[in-house]
Amino acid sequence: MEYISPEGLRLDGRRPMEMRQLHAELGVIAKADGSATFEMGNTKVVAAVYGPREVQNRSQQLQEQALVRCEYSMATFSTGERRKRGKGDRRSTEISLVIRQTMESAILTHLLPRSQIDIFVQVLQADGGTRSACINAAALALADAGIPMRDLVASCAAGFLNNTPLLDLNYTEDSGGGPDVTVGVFPKLDKISLLQMDSKLPIDLFEKVLELATEGAKATAEYMRERLSENTRQLVSARGLLRF
Amino acid sequence: MGGVRTFPFHMSEEEQRRFAKAQERLDRLGGALPVVNVGETIQADEEAAFLRGHGTQLVDGKLVATVCGIVERVNKLISVRPLRARYNPGTGDVVVGRITEVVAPKRWKVDVNSKQDAQLMLSAVNLPGGLQRRRTADDELNMRNFFEERDLISAEVQAVHQDGSIHLHTRSLKYGKLEKGQLTQVAPYLVKRLNHHFYQLKQFGLEIIFACNGYIWISGPSEIPDKKGASSELLVNVSNVNEMHQCTGNKESTVPTEKREKICRCANALRVLNALGLLIYPESIIDTYEASLMWGTDIKDMLSGEFHVKVLEREVSKRSKSV
Repeated sequence: MEYISPEGLRLDGRRPMEMRQLHAELGVIAKADGSATFEMGNTKVVAAVYGPREVQNRSQQLQEQALVRCEYSMATFSTGERRKRGKGDRRSTEISLVIRQTMESAILTHLLPRSQIDIFVQVLQADGGTRSACINAAALALADAGIPMRDLVASCAAGFLNNTPLLDLNYTEDSGGGPDVTVGVFPKLDKISLLQMDSKLPIDLFEKVLELATEGAKATAEYMRERLSENTRQLVSARGLLRF
Repeated sequence: MGGVRTFPFHMSEEEQRRFAKAQERLDRLGGALPVVNVGETIQADEEAAFLRGHGTQLVDGKLVATVCGIVERVNKLISVRPLRARYNPGTGDVVVGRITEVVAPKRWKVDVNSKQDAQLMLSAVNLPGGLQRRRTADDELNMRNFFEERDLISAEVQAVHQDGSIHLHTRSLKYGKLEKGQLTQVAPYLVKRLNHHFYQLKQFGLEIIFACNGYIWISGPSEIPDKKGASSELLVNVSNVNEMHQCTGNKESTVPTEKREKICRCANALRVLNALGLLIYPESIIDTYEASLMWGTDIKDMLSGEFHVKVLEREVSKRSKSV
């Protein structure tokens, strides 16, 4: 199948190195300690953070650090075909684990001993790159909840189809069978906290694709930072000039 | 599109426009507060030595924020105070909490909206019959007669330990079980520190506990118990906790409807202030309460978009006058 037209445009009209439109909103769930929605094109996810709070299951309590839990789910209406998905299927368990590990590496867990942080992410619209969108939404929700973090985490995917590296694959490109590299980066520290790839890729091409994905993640981080500072400013200015 | 935050009330298009405008003006009035976000470098004087405070970390010799919030500088100490975080307890704070568990070795677990549940030791409550009395095994067995699971209490933070555990005490007549009122949850960072956290709104005949943890208790004025009579009566049946309980909590009497409406109006005023992110203290509550009466807003309509917009606009005009 042709993924890139002779004019060099992709199926949805983007250039190979172009990302989809980003949009994020904070404080979408009133009851949660922190929450955010994150959209990448037609992919839309919502994340809610509860905690740090008392550990529910005392046998899981950690004396020195916080317990981080994550639950990923897909809404029945998120895909073209309406389908009910169980909580414990293999795919969602794996993505939950990936998100949990990425977030755990960002959170300064040693500052919150004997407590628990719950992250719930749900996909509202799935159009490829849900993994990245979930990580971005969860990072924003954690920042909104005032949980201390090493750095913001931002994620983006890149692939390789028709001999061209492509940034931020959508669903059709994702199911094209080519390699799909998802990275999670700490933009300030300039470190990678997550790297996943399915199928094979020669090492020199892999480096190219990885670099593209990292660039994409950094651009996403820049957008997230803008939204966060807008949010913080809004909160501060409403509260007033008074000293704490 | 308005701001980044989504608000928990519905607004018509016209109201949205007014809301965005008011917010923009508020923003401009806000001035230049030093705000940082996660992973941003904090501007510190070069050469000058600094001390690393809460909410910061050192990366390559530079100070980087770990939370979103306001930069605070005290001499050399630089710290970031987060907004919208859970309650960070300090010794001496007045808190309102809910008993979550009665744990075996002489203590209650209390939810105080913090990183972990606080502990209230049996030795940190006033038992009937004198202040300094030995806690007997009998008292331990009767712990549920004082506070049960899901009871609300007011207390003071006695100590915060190194490992983050919080200890409370209720060793004063003003602390103890809360009844016949309403609990409203607000963000802890919005509660202003006051000289007295127990506040009487005499004009409305209400009593509010401005707990530092954001659990705010509104009730009708407590009937002032005849202290002398009560305590002498208590001395007679020291060991019978059950009877003691009955003479403090007058369970039969109910709160009249009129008073309930006042409590609800006050609680809604709190909810509005909380949703808008405005500071919560006695004057701001009285102001919102009186504004709702002035505009003839029904209690239930106080949670509508229209009322929120009006309150925000009022706040803007008030602040622009004071500048």
